[in-house]
Amino acid sequence: MMRRLVPYPLLAIGLFGMWLLLTQSVSVAQTLLGGVVAIIASHGMRLLRADRPGVRAYRPLLRLAPIVVADIMRSNLAVAKIVLFPRRDRVSSFVRLPIALQSPHGLTLLALILTATPGTMWLQFDRVRRELIVHVLDLVDEEDWIRLIKRRYEALLIEAFDS
Amino acid sequence: MTNLMLAWAITTAQVLIGLAMLCAAYRMLVGPRVQDRVLGLDTLYVNAMLMLVTFGIQTGRTLYFEAALIIALLGFVGTVTLAKFLMRGEVIE
Amino acid sequence: MIQAPDLPLWASLLVAVLLLAGAAVTLTGSLGLLRMKSFYDRVHPPTLGSSLGMVLVVAASILCFSVLRSRPSVHELLIAFFLTLTTPVTFMLLARAALYRDRMEGREDVPHDDA
Repeated sequence: MMRRLVPYPLLAIGLFGMWLLLTQSVSVAQTLLGGVVAIIASHGMRLLRADRPGVRAYRPLLRLAPIVVADIMRSNLAVAKIVLFPRRDRVSSFVRLPIALQSPHGLTLLALILTATPGTMWLQFDRVRRELIVHVLDLVDEEDWIRLIKRRYEALLIEAFDS
Repeated sequence: MTNLMLAWAITTAQVLIGLAMLCAAYRMLVGPRVQDRVLGLDTLYVNAMLMLVTFGIQTGRTLYFEAALIIALLGFVGTVTLAKFLMRGEVIE
Repeated sequence: MIQAPDLPLWASLLVAVLLLAGAAVTLTGSLGLLRMKSFYDRVHPPTLGSSLGMVLVVAASILCFSVLRSRPSVHELLIAFFLTLTTPVTFMLLARAALYRDRMEGREDVPHDDA
């Protein structure tokens, strides 16, 4: 019943929140109008036949969020240091990262995380070989770095999307 | 007194962001390659957006917030289009 | 142009610190755009301005307007939310376009598809 009324609940909630933030009011009129807009827009989304983000478990995502925020802050400082005090021995290079994560939505999230973090940049995903090309600004040890990404992000994403 | 301190802080922040915009504009104008120019443009609009937010704080008006949001929207669409153009619309195909 | 909103001392101190820190981080990021040697190195520093720099400036704005109107003012979160979602997408697309062009030109220093 709920699914029929609001096909994409997350999208509808997001749109509703955005409406309230934009109008900067929580009056009855704006709340109702925002609700109507959110429901109509999520029905419009159904026409596009987009895949639902198949999140199997939300708990790993909740555990992932603080890790990502902390990592982004830390690498902000690290990249700032590299810019202000350049080191001669800094090696930047492309890394090929084998990926076990299957879900396209999980991969999208991984792409956003890696690119939003200063110092790593997602370049390309090879669908056939399931291999990822990432550019790393300050590469110390390739093996180490790959293990870190797999343990820190991929494991949680697999828990959230694949299992 | 506190107001004067805050006023100077805001102006200093604006000067810093202005310098950041100059750096981005330099990349946009000098290149050397087209992707560098697009990268410069992208950085320039993010910096311009932050500049507008500081103007909002300075004047205490929310008008600047809407302008910042529009810059963010248009800048995003613009950069995506340019990146697509670099993929397909080039002489080297 | 020297002008400032009427804030109590603690708020103006906080707003000033947040703004200056945010502007400094943004400037550092854009400086990196000048100082790095290759395109793929240059893509990284501007994310400073759109992550930490943006967060600090937006926090300053939220604090300033919340105190000014003496009620929570969170609409600036929209900027933060939007920028966090879009900048990775633009940078990813741009980097991929650059990679594609470099491959087309036959450069050796970029990874190729069937290496």
